[in-house]
Amino acid sequence: MTTYYTKDHEWIRVEGDTGTVGITTYAAGQLGDVVYVELPETGAKLARGDDFAVVESVKAASDVYAPVSGSVLEVNSALSDAPETVNAAAEGGAWFVRVKLADAAELSGLMDEAAYAAFCEGL
Amino acid sequence: MRYLPLTCEDRASMLATIGAKSADDFYADVPQSARLKTKIAGLPDHQGELAVERYMTKLAAKNRSASSGPFFVGAGAYKHHVPATVDMIIQRSEFLTTYTPYQPEIAQGTLQTLFEFQTQVAALTAMDVANASMYDGSTACAEAAVMAARVTKRKKVILSGGLHPHYAAATRLLCEAQGLTVVQLTVAIDGEGELARSVDGETACVIGQSPNVFGTVSDLSGVAKSAHDKGALLVSVFTEAVSLGLVTPPGEMGADIAAGEGQSIGNGLNFGGPYVGLFACREKLVRQMPGRLCGETVDADGKRGFVLTLSTREQHIRRDKATSNICTNSGLCALAFTSHMTLLGGKGLKQLAELNHEAACELADALGALKGVEMLTPRFFNEFAIRTPVDAEAVLAMLDEAGVVGGVRASRLFPGDHMGDVILVAATECTTAEDIAAYAAALKEII
Amino acid sequence: MTMNTQGRPTALSAAAALPRLDTVSGSRGLLQHEDLLFEIGTPETTGVDLPKPKGLKSRLGGVARKVDTGLPGLSEPQAVRHYMRLSQRNYAIDLGLFPLGSCTMKHNPRLNEKMARLPGFADIHPLQPQATVQGALELIDELATWLKTLTGMPSVAMSPKAGAHGELCGMLAIRQALIARGEGGTRTRVMVPESAHGTNPATAVQCGFIVDEIKANARGRVDMDDLKSKLARADDIAGIMLTNPNTCGLFETDIREIADLIHAAGGYFYCDGANFNAIVGRVRPGDLGVDAMHINLHKTFSTPHGGGGPGSGPTVFSEALAAYAPVPFVTRDEDGIYRLVEHVEGEASESFGRMVAFHGQMGMFVRALTYMLSHGADGLKQVAEDAVLNANYVQARLRHVMTPAFDGFCMHEALFSDAFAADGIETIDIAKALIDEGYHPMTMYFPLVVHGAMLIEPTETESKAELDRFCDALESVARRAAQGDETLKGAPYLAPARRLDETRAARKPVLKWTAPVTQQVAAE
Repeated sequence: MTTYYTKDHEWIRVEGDTGTVGITTYAAGQLGDVVYVELPETGAKLARGDDFAVVESVKAASDVYAPVSGSVLEVNSALSDAPETVNAAAEGGAWFVRVKLADAAELSGLMDEAAYAAFCEGL
Repeated sequence: MRYLPLTCEDRASMLATIGAKSADDFYADVPQSARLKTKIAGLPDHQGELAVERYMTKLAAKNRSASSGPFFVGAGAYKHHVPATVDMIIQRSEFLTTYTPYQPEIAQGTLQTLFEFQTQVAALTAMDVANASMYDGSTACAEAAVMAARVTKRKKVILSGGLHPHYAAATRLLCEAQGLTVVQLTVAIDGEGELARSVDGETACVIGQSPNVFGTVSDLSGVAKSAHDKGALLVSVFTEAVSLGLVTPPGEMGADIAAGEGQSIGNGLNFGGPYVGLFACREKLVRQMPGRLCGETVDADGKRGFVLTLSTREQHIRRDKATSNICTNSGLCALAFTSHMTLLGGKGLKQLAELNHEAACELADALGALKGVEMLTPRFFNEFAIRTPVDAEAVLAMLDEAGVVGGVRASRLFPGDHMGDVILVAATECTTAEDIAAYAAALKEII
Repeated sequence: MTMNTQGRPTALSAAAALPRLDTVSGSRGLLQHEDLLFEIGTPETTGVDLPKPKGLKSRLGGVARKVDTGLPGLSEPQAVRHYMRLSQRNYAIDLGLFPLGSCTMKHNPRLNEKMARLPGFADIHPLQPQATVQGALELIDELATWLKTLTGMPSVAMSPKAGAHGELCGMLAIRQALIARGEGGTRTRVMVPESAHGTNPATAVQCGFIVDEIKANARGRVDMDDLKSKLARADDIAGIMLTNPNTCGLFETDIREIADLIHAAGGYFYCDGANFNAIVGRVRPGDLGVDAMHINLHKTFSTPHGGGGPGSGPTVFSEALAAYAPVPFVTRDEDGIYRLVEHVEGEASESFGRMVAFHGQMGMFVRALTYMLSHGADGLKQVAEDAVLNANYVQARLRHVMTPAFDGFCMHEALFSDAFAADGIETIDIAKALIDEGYHPMTMYFPLVVHGAMLIEPTETESKAELDRFCDALESVARRAAQGDETLKGAPYLAPARRLDETRAARKPVLKWTAPVTQQVAAE
């Protein structure tokens, strides 16, 4: 199981040909109190870079982009009742979707944990 | 000039502080060709209150007020009595001259009245949640249609044959601009049921009106079921808010969205505006709802308070991805509505509705008894359509000469639809027995 | 002497300096506590005396409400108290300055209210015979003439119900013009500055357009290089939406060039007229190449904001767009009779359609015309000049303690960034502290192009004394902000409510009152 990161602060934890996607702790911190997460439907087809979810704080809405192409297997419906989970456990319990990867080769364009940490330092 | 506090001395002193020579310095970026040298020609100079009042009073005198005689016009706006207290409340400085409650700490007055308004509208329409008002009923109807398209991700909107043509036009405009297809069912006095037959798997919503533009009241439950069976939504529209005191409301019929006009409660005729749009929907659709929403919360001292909420739906945050471009609600008109509704209470509204219905029943009896007058509306609340043996335009002109404003000719609303002999007639609690007698007598003379 | 000890004592006792007390009533001196209507009223109460219904047979055909609303009513005295007490919790222009940039919170003249209530205007039905409302139609026509003359445009649509509705009107006209040219399907791109008000991109999307954002330059105006590069490909351009003066309070210096470039590219120029107060009587948008512009009667022309509405957004059009304007509109025949053109046929056959029921915000028309007649052409010119003077005065008084976003003079509003504030002190803290000083905060965090933006528009109806008092207060708050005064973060302390938990309101929306569970159970 390996976790990859994007420059737009999404993470994807890959196991075999499925991945779990969410936003990073850094991003959650920047957004402030999360009040709502708008998620896609199961079965939705995503292309890498598509905006597939929206994270809302009181005064702003931020698009979340798909790190890889694939189809949505499962959606974290617990988030609708408890959006604050994103602030508490962005990289754990507050996963957004589980996807079936269309093309594992796309992962090579993403950062690993160390590279992402360094990237954040530079922001 | 009485609205300009600055004196010449003030201006000179301020220019000195700023470091400018004259006001012209501030317009330096204006292209030379666009700089006006003198005040704009063709318009009068300033005038005192007396002169302005004289001018406006003369203009007003050229209009005949609805209260000046027997008056039977409805078709989307209704002549009701508004208690004196309501006008007094909306003239209060703190309500009249305040802004949108974006700074809730100093706007709890506005916010609490909006919360009460939302509660009242939800109860009246028997829906889960209502917003803080829209511009009017017709734009509320249009926004309901595009909301249904967003929710269902479908592109077809079907309009009933009894929908007010102005509402249909506004809805068609907004829908087609966004690439939706609008199907208008044939105009019909009692055609809401046709909606049930017309729904298919591509329908986002069907839009029915009760009471409809011909006054017909309908139970849209069958339409709701047909719509839901095919994955579509029912939008239930009304133009006469007082009807909600007596007639089956949208929520009791299974509507997903209720959209209508609130003018009848708290707001006068005002020649068509400003009015107040009522908009309510099922709980699960609330994040797709357009317009402002007021919600309950607590402040830093733990005291209950109210704020505008779910703002991320709106244009000032979501910009090109907003549910709508709406910026204002109809604040002061919503306040007029809620304060009138507060004075009435549910019990008073029901009684008011009964008085309206009874006035219309008596009118229907009086007119229907006349030879040659055909009563077209099978079931009604406070308005109905009649057919006269003589051209409607001529009938109304002659009624007018007899001092009776007898209604609206349907052909004014439906120009191409062969309704030259149909008149839309409304009665309210303001309609007296004398008014009815005058109408019947005058009409009898004409036909 | 005669020692006369009559009368009550007047010396202040030591007890005068007592600490704050909690009260049993929840009221605090003059500020009255008031619960929700649903906690005070009962479903049995009504404050309106109505005749008893006669009990006639129903003609509803069974389509009757099954469940009563259960809504409570209040007697008249209770209702009056309810709303008076709530009104105490509102700030208002009649109380003090609302320095809200882009809102033009000017004085709302009471003559406007009196005229709007004349029965000849207030008690007429939109569909009553047109011969009986000639005065109303004449008024609409007269107001239309004022708007066309002030803007230098040949045509105006009066029916839009608000500013955003006017934007929709303008953009729908552009869409219709493109369709008429056979280019409706190809010309779908609308350029919008990143500093634009949110209604602009929202409106463009509502009309089926795609939004292409243009950058602002370092001087706060449209970046002409960015604009030209985006026009390199011109065949998909529908037009541009600009605000002028722009949302930074600055006149777009290159506006004529922008208009010419857009027209050359085959597009149309929409102008957001929210800031017309800065230029009314001194500049006409028609002279700048504008094709469509909405006017906010509730901004420039003093109709009241009413706690969020109603507004009114008449939209002026150039010759290029006039034919596509919506119905209905008022026209005057040769014999001097006014009539409404209500359908898309005849003289309105190219109209894009009807936007709304009936004819427009008549109540706001009466108020706006009353205001225009009061000011006249000379007065309106002075309005713009005083508005701009007041804003520059505020900028001059505050430029040394706050950070003006741009150099040079501003127009009717002054824009500041939060650069002067110490780390940890945000624009919102400064705004909330202003509340304690007795002012409504300025516009915050808009436009988006300036960090922690604070946009101040005093308008022309503020006296110099009021401005000085305001600047003194804001200066003091700004200094505290620069010094990192932590108490700013808890402001306001003196308002009827403290800072409200907006996160909670958004996470768990409670959008109406529901009876507490215990009450419901008891009822069963």
